[in-house]
Amino acid sequence: MCLAIPAKVISVDGVSARVTVEDVEYTASLLLLDDVKPGDFIMLHAGFAIEKVDAAEAAETMQLLLDMEKNRPI
Amino acid sequence: MKYVDEYRKKDLIISISEKLKAVSEKEMVIMEVCGGHTMAIHRFGLAALLPPNIHLISGPGCPVCVSSQHFIDMAMAYSKIPGIIITTYGDLIRVPGSSTSLEKERANGSDIRIIYSVLESLEIAKMNPEKKVVFLGIGFETTAPLTAAAVLQAKSEKITNFYVLSAHKVMPPVMKALVEEGVKIDGFIAPGHVTAITGTAIYNDLALVYKLGVVVAGFEPSDMMQAVLMLAVQIESGNPKVEIQYQRVVHNEGNLIAQRILNKVFDLRDDRWRGLGTIAQSGLKIRDEFSQFDAEKHFIIEIPESTEPKGCICGQILRGLKTPAECSLFGKKCTPADPVGACMVSGEGTCATYYKYRS
Ligand code: SF4
Repeated sequence: MCLAIPAKVISVDGVSARVTVEDVEYTASLLLLDDVKPGDFIMLHAGFAIEKVDAAEAAETMQLLLDMEKNRPI
Repeated sequence: MKYVDEYRKKDLIISISEKLKAVSEKEMVIMEVCGGHTMAIHRFGLAALLPPNIHLISGPGCPVCVSSQHFIDMAMAYSKIPGIIITTYGDLIRVPGSSTSLEKERANGSDIRIIYSVLESLEIAKMNPEKKVVFLGIGFETTAPLTAAAVLQAKSEKITNFYVLSAHKVMPPVMKALVEEGVKIDGFIAPGHVTAITGTAIYNDLALVYKLGVVVAGFEPSDMMQAVLMLAVQIESGNPKVEIQYQRVVHNEGNLIAQRILNKVFDLRDDRWRGLGTIAQSGLKIRDEFSQFDAEKHFIIEIPESTEPKGCICGQILRGLKTPAECSLFGKKCTPADPVGACMVSGEGTCATYYKYRS
């Protein structure tokens, strides 16, 4: 139930946004999140944007994982 | 799907698994608190990728599962009051109460509607001014701010026929209660989306006082494997701390707007948990300032003492002490199609997850 999924913001209208998850459109309330712009990824939970997905942090985590893959301890 | 598929690549997951086998030796028990994590572990078969010294146990983080029988019975009693519309998130209506379930009450004519977002309750209230809409508020710190936002919205829009029956709960007291009860846990995989709201400070006691590792994890397989690796490194080195694996979503300070809204509308209270009894300051009640939206203040009802289903060991499963296979009803009298206990109802309930992925 605490699940949230990454959704891409396509437009913002006051306190709500239209977002897509794999081409399916949803409305996300922005009552709990400021400063959301088209192109951002947000975490969608029961109709609300609860947090942004930070692209730079995502890239860093992924790099760490990929490095681990490169240096496999075999 | 972006931020999903890349975390599911098999090679990546296997390389973390190998690293884990290389760095960990000690016997360790790691509890994943969140039902979403339990689901991911079984769905992706992660337990098979762990070295034999690492044991995962499931915790009390599925909101439907921990909703007390008393709350379910209260909801049932509300649904029978003429002129009331009950709104709720999906799974809750299938939880068997002491005598019946909301689903059965609905078949008997009660107006019970499943919603995706709490804001739909406000729309239903506006469209049915002659009725009273009672929203069954369940969920942890991830979901409670949504309910709080709806209450504030109702206030600003002067909606007078919307009420919340709150069973919202907070995570840290139950985590501490398990440790204090003596459940053997060396580290926690902490719930990613709860922490996205609360920030990490809520776990400081667990690391500093109880000397347990806490890693806040995302929900994809490589997220979870990486979180286990981070915990294993902490446990091997005897250096417990609070770390975030899920950095793309979770920040130390959490979501300050959501925290502010949550604290404005809700206050802590002692609360009942299924199978775990009453835990001090573990639940959220609506503050007096907003009592016009508090269902408990409006509809005073008396219900008989609730009884938990006979033979169901949900309480021990929620503590990580037993697995569903140890319940004599599992898969026989109790299945997702005809659940005996709440842990078999929700898709993220431990019993339902075991049932779905049993081999
Ligand atoms: S299998 Fe059913 S009866 Fe047994 S513990 Fe799980 S929910 Fe309860």
